[in-house]
Amino acid sequence: MSEEKTHMVPYSTQIAALLALLVLTGLSVAITQLEFGGYNTLAAMLLAGAKAVIVLAWYMHLKYEKQLFPVMVAAVFVIFLLVLFVTFFDYSYR
Amino acid sequence: MSDNTNHKEVSYLEYQGKYRGILGWILSTDHKRIGLLYLYTMLLFFSIAAILGLLMKTQLIAPGETIMGPQTYNSFFTLHGIIMIFIIVVPGLPAVFGNFFLPIMIGAKDVAFPRINLLSWWLYIIGILIVLTSQFTGGGPPDTGWTFYAPYSFQTPTNVLPAVFGAFVMGFSSILTGINFVVTIHRMRAPGMKWLRMPLFPWTLYGTAWIQILATPVIGITLMLIIAERMLGIGFFDPALGGDPILYQHLFWIYSHPAVYIMILPAMGVISEIIPVFSRKSIFGYRAIVLSTMAIAFVGYFVWGHHMFTSGMSGRALFTFSFLTFLVAIPSAIKVFNWVATMHKGSLHLHTPFFWALSFLFVFMIGGLTGLVLGALATNVHLHDTHFVVAHFHFIVFGGTGFAFMGAVHYWFPKMFGRMYDANWANLGWGIFFIGFLSLYLPMFFLGMSGMPRRYYDYLPEFHGMNILSSMGAWVMISGILIIFANLIRSARSGPKTTEKNPWGGKTLEWQVDTPPTLENFDEIPAVDKTPYDYRDYAENTNS
Amino acid sequence: MTIHRDDLADKFGMWLFIFTELLLFGMLFVVYAVYRSMHPEAFRIAGEELDVALGTINTVILLISSATVAMSITAIQKGDKKRCLQLLSITLLIAVIFMVNKYFEWGAKFEYGFYPGSDALAELGHGTILFFGLYFFMTGIHALHILIGIGLFIYVMLQVKKNKIHQTDYIWLENTGLYWHLVDLIWIFLFPLFYLIH
Repeated sequence: MSEEKTHMVPYSTQIAALLALLVLTGLSVAITQLEFGGYNTLAAMLLAGAKAVIVLAWYMHLKYEKQLFPVMVAAVFVIFLLVLFVTFFDYSYR
Repeated sequence: MSDNTNHKEVSYLEYQGKYRGILGWILSTDHKRIGLLYLYTMLLFFSIAAILGLLMKTQLIAPGETIMGPQTYNSFFTLHGIIMIFIIVVPGLPAVFGNFFLPIMIGAKDVAFPRINLLSWWLYIIGILIVLTSQFTGGGPPDTGWTFYAPYSFQTPTNVLPAVFGAFVMGFSSILTGINFVVTIHRMRAPGMKWLRMPLFPWTLYGTAWIQILATPVIGITLMLIIAERMLGIGFFDPALGGDPILYQHLFWIYSHPAVYIMILPAMGVISEIIPVFSRKSIFGYRAIVLSTMAIAFVGYFVWGHHMFTSGMSGRALFTFSFLTFLVAIPSAIKVFNWVATMHKGSLHLHTPFFWALSFLFVFMIGGLTGLVLGALATNVHLHDTHFVVAHFHFIVFGGTGFAFMGAVHYWFPKMFGRMYDANWANLGWGIFFIGFLSLYLPMFFLGMSGMPRRYYDYLPEFHGMNILSSMGAWVMISGILIIFANLIRSARSGPKTTEKNPWGGKTLEWQVDTPPTLENFDEIPAVDKTPYDYRDYAENTNS
Repeated sequence: MTIHRDDLADKFGMWLFIFTELLLFGMLFVVYAVYRSMHPEAFRIAGEELDVALGTINTVILLISSATVAMSITAIQKGDKKRCLQLLSITLLIAVIFMVNKYFEWGAKFEYGFYPGSDALAELGHGTILFFGLYFFMTGIHALHILIGIGLFIYVMLQVKKNKIHQTDYIWLENTGLYWHLVDLIWIFLFPLFYLIH
């Protein structure tokens, strides 16, 4: 609605978010050199997840939107993970 | 537009916009005209697919080749399925009656994005045209069935690509309609219409729209993968290259099972509108119906595997999917209970829409209960891919969605066209249709149980008797359809005019606007201060 | 008809569209997960064939482009049209560079004879075929989105220039930004799953 207040994110916040994203990218490249056994993929996904949260919250303004939006986004991710989970009921036990 | 001095009295049918004649329809962004565009398109394609069905049933009237050979039969059931599923029942109720009545029922002047709404219809038409080219070009009509199962769908020499791509384009149309409806319902309800004051048809459209948004992209990417498989040999579903054809079935049904709920939820919404009006009684358990609608939409997303019980999934997956399938039956049963309880001690008014609603209850229960027979693992092994399955999903998709669609046409017809149909012919058509429907599909249950497989143009001699009954039922049903369509088409052109706002005594907002509605539906957006089916005044008047 | 403007509705619609995109890619991630669980070793070896340096560069520049789009919205909110256009030009440039990198990356694979349906690939076994199939398909669909993004940015920049998008009406820019962040979001997951398998 045009009468609703829009939130302005200062440049400094956006630069800070970018720096955080770049650090996390560096980290995920760096950990491929280390040996965590089966946990490497998990660590890579966690780092990617953290980056996704930064993009969603600051760049896509979810932090500043009405509560409905973050709830819907979370629901979509949950549905995706459930589909993945249910699919693997088949593939894990064949 | 500046001519708002005199267009207030003109109905949407007579309103003269920027374009004249046919362009005034196919370029109109008015949600009511778009609804009718969908209706006419579906009428045409339903007729084509129904004739294909009739020809298939005629082929099955005796064992061996009677009127067509196997390849023709295979391409007929493929085209019948593609048209009926992707062109008729998936868009069906939302695109026709959702477009026409959703804005009016929630007190809005149009949907949130009228131009995208028109784009949806155009994409739908383009998708249809692409599918049709598959019939006349390349290696001949596709013979895969509407499911396009791998690996056959990328090995058959027939023209699968355009059919798959057309279905993909129609998926886009479906997504855009879903987005439009969710935003419309969130942002454009009339003042005072809280979530729990919204009528049930919009509620079911809301659940449907979410499924359209969250499930349709799955079929989109799956169909793209089939295209990649055919054109590039990418190997995802080709066992020779390490691919797993069962993964195709997973992806396909992750969409196509929720699609069944895209078909049936709005049908339940229509029935929830018709029953309280003709019972003159507030709907029983409004909140339970709302909750069960959303529960079906959610749980329905995770039951896709019950189409694959004999495909070779793991044992654990089998009983997970079977369990979830039984779960999703509960909210459907709640609704049936609510509808019956609404009629209890109501003042029943026997008009055509109510007949359709009653017969819906009957066939929907048969369809639902036979669904449980198929959802149980042990019986499924016996009945999988037999005529039992064909009978079951025709009871749900045709008996459910189709009956509700017919009910909706007869319920909202006077509002849409400002004319009335002939009730005697309508009732007669309903009666013949209903008898034909039952004698067409009920024998298929028995045929399936005794082992007649689906998708064959031929059968063993011991199945002959039941098949004669079933094929004759098809002819009876088509006669019923002809009577209904002739009556409706004649009445829409030259039936007695009516401007009565509320012929049935409905309480929802569409019965408070002009008949037929004006371009902007409401002169003034109404304020809503009560629940949608408040018949207390009726009870007081008749008691005193 | 009164022209009825509801920016929140427009943004809402865009988010719903983003959900469809998330699930579209989501299903490809399901395919990926299934085949990687079947062929973990082949995926690891095939993953080492990819150019980590090029992948990292593309990741970094795509993240920078996300930041510049986000900042261009702040600029338009401040009414700073010139800064907004500068930031959008950087974004557009980065999108083009991303595609150029992709061209060289894919080109190198084609030179080795690695492409879907190739004979060289067929000799390397099922896991490798599936890995490269997924690699080409997923990064291909992603690249298609980058191309669409390039078109959108050109359109939006023209609108800003013509003052059709301005301080109080910038929903087109905002929605284009959302779209671009989505493209970034997908890449955030594609990058480790293909280039950094260990």
